[in-house]
Amino acid sequence: MSRGPEWRQALVLAAIAAACALPFLLSNFRLFQFTQVGIYAIALLGLNILTGYNGQISLGHGAFYALGAYTTAIMIDRWSVPYGWTIPVAGLLCLVAGFLFGIPALRLEGLYLALATFALALAVPQILKYFEHWTGGSQGIVLSKPGAPLGLRLSPDQWLYFVTLGVLILLFGLGANLLRGRTGRAIVAVRDNPIAAQAMGVNSALYKSLTFGVSAAYTGVAGALSALAIAFVAPDAFNVFLSITFLVGIVIGGLASISGAIFGGLFVQFVPNWAQEISKAAPWAIYGIFLIVFMYAMPRGIVGALRLAGARLARFRG
Amino acid sequence: MEIFLQQVVSGLATGGIYGSVALALVMIYQATDVVNFAQGEMAMFSTYLAWSMLNAGVPYWAAFFATLAVAFVCGVVIERVVIRPVENAPVLTIVIVCIGLLVILNSVAGWIYSYIQKPFPSPFPEKPITIGNVFFGAHDLGALGVTLLVLLFLYVFFRYTTLGLAMRAAAQNPVSSRLCGIRVGWMLALGWGLAALVGAVAGLMIAPIVFLDPTMMSGILIYAFASATLGGFTSPGGAVLGGLLVGVIENLVGTYVKFIGTELKLTVALAMILVVLLVRPSGLFGRVAVHRV
Repeated sequence: MSRGPEWRQALVLAAIAAACALPFLLSNFRLFQFTQVGIYAIALLGLNILTGYNGQISLGHGAFYALGAYTTAIMIDRWSVPYGWTIPVAGLLCLVAGFLFGIPALRLEGLYLALATFALALAVPQILKYFEHWTGGSQGIVLSKPGAPLGLRLSPDQWLYFVTLGVLILLFGLGANLLRGRTGRAIVAVRDNPIAAQAMGVNSALYKSLTFGVSAAYTGVAGALSALAIAFVAPDAFNVFLSITFLVGIVIGGLASISGAIFGGLFVQFVPNWAQEISKAAPWAIYGIFLIVFMYAMPRGIVGALRLAGARLARFRG
Repeated sequence: MEIFLQQVVSGLATGGIYGSVALALVMIYQATDVVNFAQGEMAMFSTYLAWSMLNAGVPYWAAFFATLAVAFVCGVVIERVVIRPVENAPVLTIVIVCIGLLVILNSVAGWIYSYIQKPFPSPFPEKPITIGNVFFGAHDLGALGVTLLVLLFLYVFFRYTTLGLAMRAAAQNPVSSRLCGIRVGWMLALGWGLAALVGAVAGLMIAPIVFLDPTMMSGILIYAFASATLGGFTSPGGAVLGGLLVGVIENLVGTYVKFIGTELKLTVALAMILVVLLVRPSGLFGRVAVHRV
């Protein structure tokens, strides 16, 4: 999969092994939280491909997350499609939606793009409530958690964890391949210097909208998985704060890094819980302080800090 | 026709408030390239301070000016203490710090004052003002007047005072300004203070309409984003005009287009902004960024 240095391969394998052992060590509730981490990580990688690697800031990825989640929920609820098929369909649908949204977004730069996508995120709950016939309005759609197939002795939570882990490994592998090769260099070149990139024959417009599509597809798959894991979708779960949470996740994890998505997922899943445990009265104040202190200590995110530490260590040795 | 006029005036009143918050955003954006997500919550917090003073029996206008002074000082302090350490970090990092500030202010306000809505007094008489056979809310007219006064004050300040000129210079070209002896860091802090002051005025004027609670500004902030986007993030006057436009259009659409009603009002406003951006990517009055190759 990855052709990095050997220690990095070993690290990835060790992480996968540890992730596989988790379901047999944790309670179902803790495991559910780790499933959420995996789901967030997939969504964050999607946003990071767009914002970190391609330099297009999106505050509206909650919309694609919602689109993925509702695609899965409606397909299962209305047409009784097996849940496994709904995940790629959600991904494809978001790919197309993201690509189409990416075309007008070409005209917008930086802040204006961020605010236009922000508008998208804001409109989502209202639109979902408006199409009540399909989405069940504010009541949402209730699903049932799929059980493990083939008589595997796993609880539904354990099974969903493994499904999420499998999808995560697949998508991270694909993402790493995409970003390492020729395409990845083109994506980064468009971010760093669009004119030079075009002079080198990179079709900047096509790459930008394609990146938007791929990014939306990742986030849509994450949304589909979240619909399965929570077994419930409702419009108010997809508010603006979801999109802002994604942005927080990629900046905290580290922009333009693949492993940053996992660190970001851990942060956005667990830090609010810790804040709750520290202060019941004003948990979000604690969360805010965490955010600010984190940014002071690691202005380039967790991966940025690790890279810096690695570089210092190498210099110290050499 | 009467309904139309009334809706336009009340739209101008709320639009003025959107415009002032938009102006506060633009002021900080122009100086530092950062969109201050905490702007609305800073205004909300100032409004709570005014509420505490009013409850303690301070007369309205004394509380009004005391709040503005406190908001100004707090704005300066926030820039110095919270934003300054990440000044040279990537823009997204500063945005995250602003989001942190937002959740802190919101949570602390909820903790101190609870999340229950409180009525907030208006300094203007309750009796509507009649011109011909059209009724105008006195608060609507008053709020519009106060907003316009603040804007006039800012215009005069930035246009005709040395300090205002220094602040504009620091925003436009920090390096040359520093060479001229302008203390750029302090100019930025003053900008934050002024933005907080303008935000506080907006909070005090909108609170009688939407009632006081810790989330009251989140909706306003969104409309302010819309206004600033519409007018152009590089144009202070455009931001205010954008605010007025958004306020009026929002009211007229809600009144006359029945199938939209109040539920899809926000969506329509946002859709219009998207359309404007597609035609003019830097807003109606924004400067188009020209890149040197």
